[in-house]
Amino acid sequence: MSDPKTFFLDEEEIPFEEGQTIIQAALSAGKYIPHLCYHPEFKPHGSCKLCTVRIDSRTVTTEDGQTVKIPGRAAASCTTPAQAGQHVESEVPEILDLRRTLVQMLLVEGNHYCPSCEKSGKCMLQGLAYDLGVMDPHFPQYFSKREVDASHPDILLDFNRCILCELCVRASAEVDKKNVFALSGRGNTKHLICNSESGKLGDTNLAATDKAANVCPVGVILHKRHGFEVPYGQRRFDRAPISDNPAQYAPVKEQV
Amino acid sequence: MPNGNSSGSGSGAVVAAVLARHGSDGTRLMQILREIQEEAEWLSPDTLTRVAEGTGLPRARVEGVAGFYHFFHTEPLGRYRVLWSDNITDRMAGNADLMARMCKKLWLKPGKVSEDGLVSVDTTSCTGLGDQGPALLVNYRPVTRMTAERVDQIVELIRHKTPLAEWPAEFFKVEDNIQRKDALLGADFQPGDALRALKSPQEVLDAVKESGLRGRGGAGFSTGQKWDFCRSAVGSGANPAHYVVCNADEGEPGTFKDRVLLSSYADMVFEGMTVSGYVIGAKKGFVYLRGEYRYLLEPLNAVLERRRAAKLLGQSILGRTGFDFDIELHLGAGAYVCGEETALLESLEGKRGVPRKRPPFPVTSGYLGQPTAVNNVETLASAALIAAKGAAWYKSIGTPKSSGTKILSISGDCQRPGVYEYPYGVKVSQILADCGARDTQACQIAGASGLTVAPNEFGRRIAFEDIPTGGSFMVFDNTRDMFQVARNFAHFFKHESCGFCTPCRVGTTLLANAMDKIDEGHGGEYDINDIWRVIRTLKTASHCGLGQTAGNCAADTLQKFRPSYELRLNVRDFEPAFDLDKALSKMREVTGRDDPGAHFHIAHRKSRAGLGTKAGDPS
Ligand code: SF4
Ligand code: SF4
Ligand code: FES
Repeated sequence: MSDPKTFFLDEEEIPFEEGQTIIQAALSAGKYIPHLCYHPEFKPHGSCKLCTVRIDSRTVTTEDGQTVKIPGRAAASCTTPAQAGQHVESEVPEILDLRRTLVQMLLVEGNHYCPSCEKSGKCMLQGLAYDLGVMDPHFPQYFSKREVDASHPDILLDFNRCILCELCVRASAEVDKKNVFALSGRGNTKHLICNSESGKLGDTNLAATDKAANVCPVGVILHKRHGFEVPYGQRRFDRAPISDNPAQYAPVKEQV
Repeated sequence: MPNGNSSGSGSGAVVAAVLARHGSDGTRLMQILREIQEEAEWLSPDTLTRVAEGTGLPRARVEGVAGFYHFFHTEPLGRYRVLWSDNITDRMAGNADLMARMCKKLWLKPGKVSEDGLVSVDTTSCTGLGDQGPALLVNYRPVTRMTAERVDQIVELIRHKTPLAEWPAEFFKVEDNIQRKDALLGADFQPGDALRALKSPQEVLDAVKESGLRGRGGAGFSTGQKWDFCRSAVGSGANPAHYVVCNADEGEPGTFKDRVLLSSYADMVFEGMTVSGYVIGAKKGFVYLRGEYRYLLEPLNAVLERRRAAKLLGQSILGRTGFDFDIELHLGAGAYVCGEETALLESLEGKRGVPRKRPPFPVTSGYLGQPTAVNNVETLASAALIAAKGAAWYKSIGTPKSSGTKILSISGDCQRPGVYEYPYGVKVSQILADCGARDTQACQIAGASGLTVAPNEFGRRIAFEDIPTGGSFMVFDNTRDMFQVARNFAHFFKHESCGFCTPCRVGTTLLANAMDKIDEGHGGEYDINDIWRVIRTLKTASHCGLGQTAGNCAADTLQKFRPSYELRLNVRDFEPAFDLDKALSKMREVTGRDDPGAHFHIAHRKSRAGLGTKAGDPS
């Protein structure tokens, strides 16, 4: 290791290793940056945009003596390499507001009826919404029609809650080497598909022990015959908000 | 053209033949799927399985690619597939009535296949025929200048199942429509002129730099710089190589200048690619041709053949040992986002057209991870001219910061739509005068993602330092409703978002829906605030240029043409988009009723006024 490099996150100095992205360095240093599609075990993807930050804003003094802030560029911190001396804004009103809007967008895109969802209390979308103080979905609900796939003996797919983070796609391809999941459609018709001619999960070789069956941050990929096992008040994000203990999201291995 | 049967029988042989033609190479998936579809008419589940087996790709990957592109279909779509171009200029030319007429005569609903499986009629994004619209594609061949008579004729031809080859040739006539020529379109250029003038790669590179040539796609990056970066990047892996890619995915609504360049100046474009290959050390170039220009495939291949025969392509070009370069045409399949260079590369590699994250940039890691120079069609043609005629000559045209000329595609409310070439620095007012525009209310420059320019700005100039553009220039006179322009573009982006990132995937839909809500008279100040919120989110957080610019037109029109919104706003602060009367429309359709009693508001008012209601009245 050469001499440690640092950048500034909300004016706090954060060390990083060469090759780390901003979010990886931040999480390693115990600073939480919201995220959904980022996962410590996978290559960053950059699709949910919850981790958006502002980089290198400047304050200048105009001729008439006024100070004006020139906003730096906004970027997904999960795919942006950390650079020495960089100034990163994360917990600032503008960015927090943006993240709230993004959560609201995801909430109206899918059908998220939290009280009846098995993932409640340990769902990252819900956890983030609470943490960011999202009080309602704000935008008109899509009420999109999404089918449930119960064809697999051990796993249930409830597409109503899919946020298209592609974690299952990546896990299946990279860890399980099975390519059980992929995406089809585009724009607002984008949706998850299974690797079989029937399109049914039951016709794929997914096993309940696969990484892909255990990585979903929301309530899409669910294990059958398990439900509401942990009582209210004791579920993961009941005990501590999602932003607590950022170290749990720190990268687990060398990666870009 | 397609002439197979749609039953899928015999598709196994088709799939096998196409796979063999492409060596079962998964990076050629786009071409494989297109060629199969041209024979088999659609991509059946069984076809997708066979292609997956043949290429060794996961089946879901193949299905995901088929599902991404508008021109691939995984459900049978009829033997005649009619797609009406639905850009705002097509609308202004009356496409909606013509399409309604066609649907009525064919007993069809838009987007649905006729019961006998014969025909489907739907809309598609701008087809690049804005100067000769309303236009449509029938089995991906363009038909221009649609009229009611032409609609009736086409309906008859379809009813009689007349093969496309027997349709009147004038239907398919696409004109160049060049109205003003300058340095490029008017150049005296013979095939080989640039190649015969080549000095060392370094000298050519220096000339391109010195000429000040900047990318014509709109962003305006220095072409010389780009080539320099690419040239000094090293290839990697087992097959290190450099590539040249010509971006002919001209999808920006209202643009058609690349279509004209490829139709009549293909030698110049190909020669520019060859020059680029010479400079950066590439042996292979691709032209990524948008699916809407499928009809140019054969003519362009013929030009390539001719150039090979003339030793302008292939091994030892013009007898120089070591100067090897060839070009292959690659067809897209209806996805605007593929005009974004990294999405284009993904598509070229046989994947879904999702923009990559950057860095790395294509110049260091492009096609198959190798250094790649991606250039616009017009940039490459200009580069050929510079190689042939020198940097000084080129630099003397245009402005200090924008050298050379710009080709514009002009459409909308003017007497002489078509292609115009101007030296950079030309004023908007000059252009409007030249094309015969009167009472102009606004110009949309650089397409749906571009700038909406109001009359007080008509003194501005087309140049990188003022208004940059890829070439789209749409004119709206005083009779037009700028709100509808913005609404049309909002729907365009909703349809064309790749869906990768949250802000764009959801934001473009929310924007289009909000515009519809206002259009239907249910909008208020609340909705305008929401629109601003969505625009901000799109701009700040989107992954690529599509999302970042998707709100531009709404923002511009809200600022500059506010009355067109105000006109429609409900006085109240908030009104829900949910419309009780509309909710009954399904029931009206099912029951065949459309009398006043079958409408909510009428029945509602009547009952409140104490008037009688019919039995079965929903209130
Ligand atoms: S199923 Fe879960 S893991 Fe897969 S894309 Fe949807 S939300 Fe992400
Ligand atoms: S901005 Fe839109 S088009 Fe671009 S990557 Fe995101 S979703 Fe795709
Ligand atoms: S966590 Fe960075 S985009 Fe999703």
